[in-house]
Amino acid sequence: MDGLRFLVVEDSPTMRQLISFSLKRFKGCKIVEAVDGVDALKKLQTEEVDMVLTDINMPVMDGLKLVSLVRQNVKTKDLPIVIITTEGAQEDRDRGLALGANAYISKPIQSSHLLKVIGEILEKNG
Amino acid sequence: MAEDHNDLFKKSQEFLQMLSQQKDFIHELLRENERLRYQVASLQNSSGDQTHLAMELEHLRRRLEQLEREKKELREAYQRVEEENKDFAQRYVEIEDQNNNLANLYVASYQLHSTLDFQEVVHIVMEIIINLIGAEVFSIMLLDEKTNELGVIAHEGYEEGMAFPAIRIAEGVIGEVAKTGEPYYINQASEDYRVDFLHPIACIPLKIKENVIGVINIHKLLVQKDAFTAVDYELFSLLAAHAATAIFSSKLYSQSERKLTTIQGFLDLLTAPASKG
Repeated sequence: MDGLRFLVVEDSPTMRQLISFSLKRFKGCKIVEAVDGVDALKKLQTEEVDMVLTDINMPVMDGLKLVSLVRQNVKTKDLPIVIITTEGAQEDRDRGLALGANAYISKPIQSSHLLKVIGEILEKNG
Repeated sequence: MAEDHNDLFKKSQEFLQMLSQQKDFIHELLRENERLRYQVASLQNSSGDQTHLAMELEHLRRRLEQLEREKKELREAYQRVEEENKDFAQRYVEIEDQNNNLANLYVASYQLHSTLDFQEVVHIVMEIIINLIGAEVFSIMLLDEKTNELGVIAHEGYEEGMAFPAIRIAEGVIGEVAKTGEPYYINQASEDYRVDFLHPIACIPLKIKENVIGVINIHKLLVQKDAFTAVDYELFSLLAAHAATAIFSSKLYSQSERKLTTIQGFLDLLTAPASKG
């Protein structure tokens, strides 16, 4: 799990920093940050990443739309995606998962839980 | 004379017969003796085997006792290792929690002091309350030193058009927190709890040393969050001090910036005609 590259998509600087801080537990990982869905799509064109972690509620383009577009793109269709959301309702989670997200994490996030979820996805994907 | 001779012959015959019988008897005795000696020898051999078996049994019994002792020791060692494992697992969870808490506190502290813009600081405090504490409905109030009343400067999640009352020091739960500087918590609101501005589930004073400059009122947590956790109380402590200084500093900075702009304007006015003249 060394040298992983993550794309963190969050409009909140506090959350971006917290997620990035937690991800640094992966030795030698590279973190690319984006402030919304559009910014994330731009970054995906220029950066190679191994996983996307995205918030749902964001200005310009929300996380659900981003998940949908990432899955439609041939280059990124198999990229693991974790949605991070304040929404506790089951239907929002189901919607994200139905669009192709691999897992979801509810805010407030726990670093250990975030790392566990990422570890499980990486294990599943070999 | 012949009669005597016959009698002697008869007697000798009887004697011979008796000798023959004795010979048979002696043979019989010798056989019996041999049989008995064989039995004695067999018994002696058997007794030797039994002694040997008894010794072997004693040896095995001691070996069994030794193995039982070793088994007991191994079981005790196994239990000790199990206990240590449990202890390590527990420590690991605790350290993970501490890491998590430290990450939250580090990020919150870093963000709070990342700007001197008042509105940005308020926005960061709100982000911390939403993302790190997990509050859905909350407000931030600041104390107006002229009126000695607390007024809402930012809020999230309340019904649209809600009127936020100004609260006097020592008035109700919020006013009491502002007066004493002691935080107020209900760890878990009852199921039928409805947002009532005057009765928050948590009210955290914003303090600079002993001076309360405002409060944070939390009225509802996110659906997925049942109750406050240990790290929330740490965050409340951090917010009580750091958010207060960050808000106060940014407010002073904004005021000084405004004053500086005003003074600069005056200076420009004063110097402009001179340069023209």
